[in-house]
Amino acid sequence: MKKEKKQNELIYFAFRNVKLIIGLAIILFFLVLAVIGPMLTDNDPFDFVNPLGAQPPSSEYWFGTTFFGQDVFSQFVHGLRATFIVGLFGGGLGTLIGILIGFVAGYRGGIVDEILNVLTNIVLVIPTLAVLLIIAAYLEVRSIFTELIFIGFTAWPWTARAIRAQTFSLRTREFVDLAKLSGMKPLRIIFTEIAPNMMSYLLLVFILQFGGAILIAATLDFIGLGPTNAISLGLMMQFSVIWGAMQLGTWWWFIPPGLAITAIVGALYIMNVGLDEVFNPKLREM
Amino acid sequence: MSLKVENLTVYYQTLRGDVQALEDVSFEIADGEIMGLAGESGCGKTTLAHSLIYLSPPMKYVKGSVQLDGRNLPVERMQDMVSFRCNDISIIPQYAMNALNPIRKIGKMIEELVEAKKMDFEAIKPELLRRLDLVKLPREVLDMYPIELSGGMKQRMVMVISTILNPSLLIADEVTSALDVASQKAVAEMLVEFRDQDCTNSMIVVTHDISILYQIADSIMIMYAGQLAEKASTKTIINSPRHPYTKMLISSLPEIGVKYTDKRLEGIPGKPPLLLDPPIGCRFRERCPLAFDKCEEVPPFIEIEENHFVACWKETEDLA
Amino acid sequence: MLKLDKVTKTYRIGTFGSKELHAVSDVSFDIKDGEVVSLIGESGSGKTTIGKMVLHLTPISSGTILLDETDVSALKEDEEKEYYRTVQGVFQDPFSSYNPIFKADRIFEIIHDIFYPDVDEEAWKEKVHKALKDVGLNPEHVLDKFPHQLSGGQLQRFLIARALLLDIKFLVADEIISMLDASTRIDVLNLLAELKKKGLSILFITHDLSLANYISERAVILYRGCIAEMGTTEKIFNSPRHPYTQMLIASVPRLDQKWDKAVTIEENSDPIGYEDGCVYYGRCPLAYEKCRERPVPVEIDTDHFVACWKVTDPHT
Repeated sequence: MKKEKKQNELIYFAFRNVKLIIGLAIILFFLVLAVIGPMLTDNDPFDFVNPLGAQPPSSEYWFGTTFFGQDVFSQFVHGLRATFIVGLFGGGLGTLIGILIGFVAGYRGGIVDEILNVLTNIVLVIPTLAVLLIIAAYLEVRSIFTELIFIGFTAWPWTARAIRAQTFSLRTREFVDLAKLSGMKPLRIIFTEIAPNMMSYLLLVFILQFGGAILIAATLDFIGLGPTNAISLGLMMQFSVIWGAMQLGTWWWFIPPGLAITAIVGALYIMNVGLDEVFNPKLREM
Repeated sequence: MSLKVENLTVYYQTLRGDVQALEDVSFEIADGEIMGLAGESGCGKTTLAHSLIYLSPPMKYVKGSVQLDGRNLPVERMQDMVSFRCNDISIIPQYAMNALNPIRKIGKMIEELVEAKKMDFEAIKPELLRRLDLVKLPREVLDMYPIELSGGMKQRMVMVISTILNPSLLIADEVTSALDVASQKAVAEMLVEFRDQDCTNSMIVVTHDISILYQIADSIMIMYAGQLAEKASTKTIINSPRHPYTKMLISSLPEIGVKYTDKRLEGIPGKPPLLLDPPIGCRFRERCPLAFDKCEEVPPFIEIEENHFVACWKETEDLA
Repeated sequence: MLKLDKVTKTYRIGTFGSKELHAVSDVSFDIKDGEVVSLIGESGSGKTTIGKMVLHLTPISSGTILLDETDVSALKEDEEKEYYRTVQGVFQDPFSSYNPIFKADRIFEIIHDIFYPDVDEEAWKEKVHKALKDVGLNPEHVLDKFPHQLSGGQLQRFLIARALLLDIKFLVADEIISMLDASTRIDVLNLLAELKKKGLSILFITHDLSLANYISERAVILYRGCIAEMGTTEKIFNSPRHPYTQMLIASVPRLDQKWDKAVTIEENSDPIGYEDGCVYYGRCPLAYEKCRERPVPVEIDTDHFVACWKVTDPHT
């Protein structure tokens, strides 16, 4: 009964939180667009459909066409899909690795903790971009999948550190001792006693990782290290810049992807602040 | 008369309504009196102490007045209280040990505090040094950081800071509860010393530990569930209490020399009511072995003997 | 029942663990069947560490702890479960002993799940009800609630009931009533006394001398990880011999007599230069040259041990 009340309280504050609602609305809008957008157009993002080349938005090509006559709307919605996939799975992978390493290091402590700490610090100081340049030079074909794997495997260290610190403080709580006295095994203690207490925190971490992954992906795409066999918002920006969209004034080519990336990442961060206020009573405005 | 509180009522605002933490509290403290304020957790003793000096949300002033040395204290207006805090009324907070800014040297911190009150630090310094001697702290502590002091030393340091402007009333909020017996005794004795040396006129010592109060307080006031239960001289409260709650509370305290095999002590069955929706009348009614019909009305806090106040119909029915 | 032999706990501190901190040094005492022994000390005396070592929550640096035949220091991870069938603990903070996001009775379900998977739902429910009644709780009132809906006293009884569900022979009670209100703490204390009558041995860890005196037959006074004095409670409380014990007993606020003004003693000044000496050296009013050597507890009377040269050295 009390738990319901507590949940109700959270929902009450969630719905009253303007930041959370605005952020969530923006994300949902783009998510829906990414899901149904590709169904609204028959044009393949790479097909040269308009023989006239770069044309401003019209009723036939909603977002106009590129220098080569490709449909910008089609590129945009397919790119949006790619962006969400990278964010969701790349960010998700980063969160997962971070959580696992953080939990084990924080709970086990001692030598295990030291080793994992060294590992975390090494990954933390690796210059991601430089490593990627090298990897990119060796991979002929890069897909969105390789990109998200790479992002996931380099973005986890700060999460691991944060989770480790939280686990450290929860581990000394007496209910953890009591769980040990109940003969519970360490893994079970971590997942049934410690993790549930950090759910809100884990959600926040995931959102930050989500936004971070999108940004990194856009950066990689923009400097030409993105997927070679797919379209993404970052690649659209790269193409538009390479083919002089700025100079030629074909604004419809680069404005939509730039705006979408900014809006999505911005919305995620606003959501994060909003959620923080919902979960943390001290930040709530009474 | 140092402090006079009349009908003070303070609630806590929560999402589910107001918690009636302090209901119609009226009492007085004489000049030079050390009054112990005791009760179990959630009885409103900390709310009362904080109301007198720092009534901030979620606490909500409902009604009542507070007078200090004949002057009205605007407890309901946080801003207007600024000029009274430290100067006239001061508090040693419960977690005083953590109240010191860790990156400031202690001397610097005091200097800033004194200057914020628009006073000259150099003029106060001799008195400050004298007080350090009084609490047996070496004068070098002024050049130290809080981390270099032990828990008991920090506690004594905060005592010195809180009283440096010679307030008329000092509130000590659970200052001994986190300390070991030896430092507990030292700190408690220093409180008395502060009063004796006129560092403060009168004092409220808030604690859940009645045996400490027996050692240092002149009078003891017992609270239960946001209401006053009994106030009398320390001796009277310990040796001949009249309120059933006080009686049961005192008799449940184990003392050195008492063993369960010789004398089995008993607690008070039941638990305090929730103050979100407190029972009408006497709030101790549910747990009271003597409760009768009349107890559905709120018992008045009445003086049954000189300086002995009780809020219980069993004791006051004939008088009321 | 329980036997501690020269138990030591050392932590490595400082850069690369260059310094050693002795949380517990060479502590030896034993607890007989059906006996309550109080372990008394200030914060930092190592009393909680000893409790945790007995419960195998903290590794032992050296020395042995024997519970009946079981050597606790050599306990393997897969033997822990059987150990916890007979040995359990209850801790200081009732609220932090419960996972705040689950209902309080989840602690019983875990016991059911791990120790008695064969007992069916109905029979288990009955067992829980009985255990709750044994600790003086009404199952109807306390089951199916979240920890914050129960009082501290109820939560501590819950934990004792949890221990009773197992066939425990030994209970470590670490400051279990220090956070309870005066009106309820005595009930929890009486409950322990009843359990003792039924044959349970209890290590009662506390900083409160009057509580220790109320419940236990024997007491161990700990100072900075070393035993200062131990023996029957009567001897410790009526004729304390160690200066530390004497100071402690004089400092306890009592309701029958006021403090003696004279005995306030300056708190911790570190015994710099004499780290190997008596741990009380820096505070002791009677300290002399001999005290730069560490004294060991010596039996000065039947079941009365004191670790103080002033008392035990024949030359003084």
